[in-house]
Amino acid sequence: MTRLSNAFAKPHPALVTFITAGDGDTAANLDALVEGGADVIELGMPFTDPMADGPAIQQANIRSLGKGTTTADVLRIATEFRQRHAQVPLVLMGYANPMVRRGPEWFATAASDAGVDGVICVDVPPEEDDALGPALRDAGIAPIRLATPTTDDKRLPAVVEGSEGFLYYVAVAGITGMQQAAIESIEANVARIKGATEIPVAVGFGVRTPEQAGAIARVADGVVVGSALVELVAEHGNDAPGRLRELTAALAGAVRGAR
Amino acid sequence: MNHGKSDPASPPANSYRQMPDSRGHFGDYGGRYVAETLMPLVLELEREYRKAQADPAFQREFDDLLEHYVGRPSPLYHAERLSEALGGAQVWFKRDELNHTGAHKINNCIGQILLAIRMGKTRIIAETGAGQHGVATATVCARFGLPCVIYMGAEDVQRQSPNVFRMKLLGAEVVPVTSGRGTLKDAMNEGLRDWVANVHDTFYIIGTAAGPHPYPELVRDFQSVIGKEARAQMQDRIGRLPDLLVAAIGGGSNALGLFHPFLDDPDVKMLGVEAAGHGLDGDEHAASLLGGFPGVLHGNKTYLLQDEDGQITEGHSISAGLDYPGIGPEHAWLKDTGRVEYTAITDEEALEAFQLLCRTEGIIPALEPSHAIAAVAKRAKDMPKDSVILANLCGRGDKDIFTVAERLGVEI
Repeated sequence: MTRLSNAFAKPHPALVTFITAGDGDTAANLDALVEGGADVIELGMPFTDPMADGPAIQQANIRSLGKGTTTADVLRIATEFRQRHAQVPLVLMGYANPMVRRGPEWFATAASDAGVDGVICVDVPPEEDDALGPALRDAGIAPIRLATPTTDDKRLPAVVEGSEGFLYYVAVAGITGMQQAAIESIEANVARIKGATEIPVAVGFGVRTPEQAGAIARVADGVVVGSALVELVAEHGNDAPGRLRELTAALAGAVRGAR
Repeated sequence: MNHGKSDPASPPANSYRQMPDSRGHFGDYGGRYVAETLMPLVLELEREYRKAQADPAFQREFDDLLEHYVGRPSPLYHAERLSEALGGAQVWFKRDELNHTGAHKINNCIGQILLAIRMGKTRIIAETGAGQHGVATATVCARFGLPCVIYMGAEDVQRQSPNVFRMKLLGAEVVPVTSGRGTLKDAMNEGLRDWVANVHDTFYIIGTAAGPHPYPELVRDFQSVIGKEARAQMQDRIGRLPDLLVAAIGGGSNALGLFHPFLDDPDVKMLGVEAAGHGLDGDEHAASLLGGFPGVLHGNKTYLLQDEDGQITEGHSISAGLDYPGIGPEHAWLKDTGRVEYTAITDEEALEAFQLLCRTEGIIPALEPSHAIAAVAKRAKDMPKDSVILANLCGRGDKDIFTVAERLGVEI
């Protein structure tokens, strides 16, 4: 069993929470997510050109890079997180260029050394897997793929093949932090994806409230919340951990009570 | 006119004109580095483009619009007074600045909007820097009656107000982009964000030979009309091919359009001219090939201006059309193979060349081809008088007179 498979083997759906590395007091923010009851942590790697993200996460990237956050800083945040939390799965999420800049093998090894369990790379689809996938798998890191409402049945096998840890279903054809998809559409698509793979399916994009998270948790293996948490960091700065703990606890309660 | 790879003659086995491969790669470069939401759409675009390439009706409509709406073929012009002033090679220009809308951009926009219509898309989006691609896109949208949204960096909206007004006259909605640093690359990010949220009805007309496959290939093919005409016109006028082709490079579409039909002519040398801005020594340039490193941005792998962590840095050039931190992936491949030579020209050198062409030939060039003219001036001197340089005059300079006046200290 890996840390990721353990997280999805719990008797309740998994709450997956996202914040951006280097935005606010990241170590304290991460601890607050764990204390609030997050089952999986996604740590965003800041990038100058986050073209799949809405305003909340764009701003988080700008704040982080504005403070001079480097790849070394992101890896150090991960390493220290792993020292404090031996069992909580940690996933790096971001864009290809910072991941391949020094070569995919360098990145995979450095992430593995930092105790990272999985990587979500927004702009490496299955067709370009060679750019990152083999290096991650060799280093024992799960490449976590994304499926979307536009992923038709014809390409679904190619998407799930080679995805490890879990599959991230992007509920909305759009960017992060905007509108939520209809629960009927989410349910139908999750069922379709689960027909094509054994790995757990977590649903994200547009999930902001405990009510939404609870509704999705009834039909999926996990729920991803990002922008709503990132907005708390933007609003409360160094006082964010208390707010993050509060919202995470409410989300976790809704997700755990769903089934 | 034939289209794509079969013209002017079928490429031989080890041709430079066979790229990209079936996965959209030019050697190590190119590809389809996009979010999953867009993947089905770029695959559909490729299928539709293959059908269009094989459809004589598509070719006929494209050719007809280029002839009667754009004004092609553009003239091939022997710049005798410039040649004399330089004292070396004979300089010829492909006059793509005489096209409708004043630049080569329209060739590509015509091709892409015909594809959009074939695909049943009812809404067009595009990004623009200085506004040339925005104006060309707004033009074809007006011509075909499709709604059009143009993303443009907020600062460029201020600086390029005549082009913003042109786009609005043509019925386009111009959206100032304030995300990131509000530059061309941020406008492209915003275009991609719009596209990903509106894939069902929206076609993204990318302005240069970059982005996810098949964009670099189809933009090149639509722009190759420049090189195909030039090849035939050269044969017709002087009975041989030129010794050297020269073109400016931002994303690289006008250069590929000129170069591509000549790639398998071993005696024709080629020179791509990047923007050196204030000089390649510092950070203020836009020379992705000469001053950047390979990486992944906006759907393709190519040379990028970036720091050691892979964060994208801003380009600088006096010419807004060259001011982009990336370059089309086919240029990255042509650089590595050595088939095309690349050089860079500073703001100052481009300004001098701009004035030189005004005075010797009575042509006010855009600042983009002024970079090519500056490179021509450097090379021509050392070439024999019976040698021939062909440069692409890819845009006219009306849009740049305010920038030039400011740099020359003139108030207008």
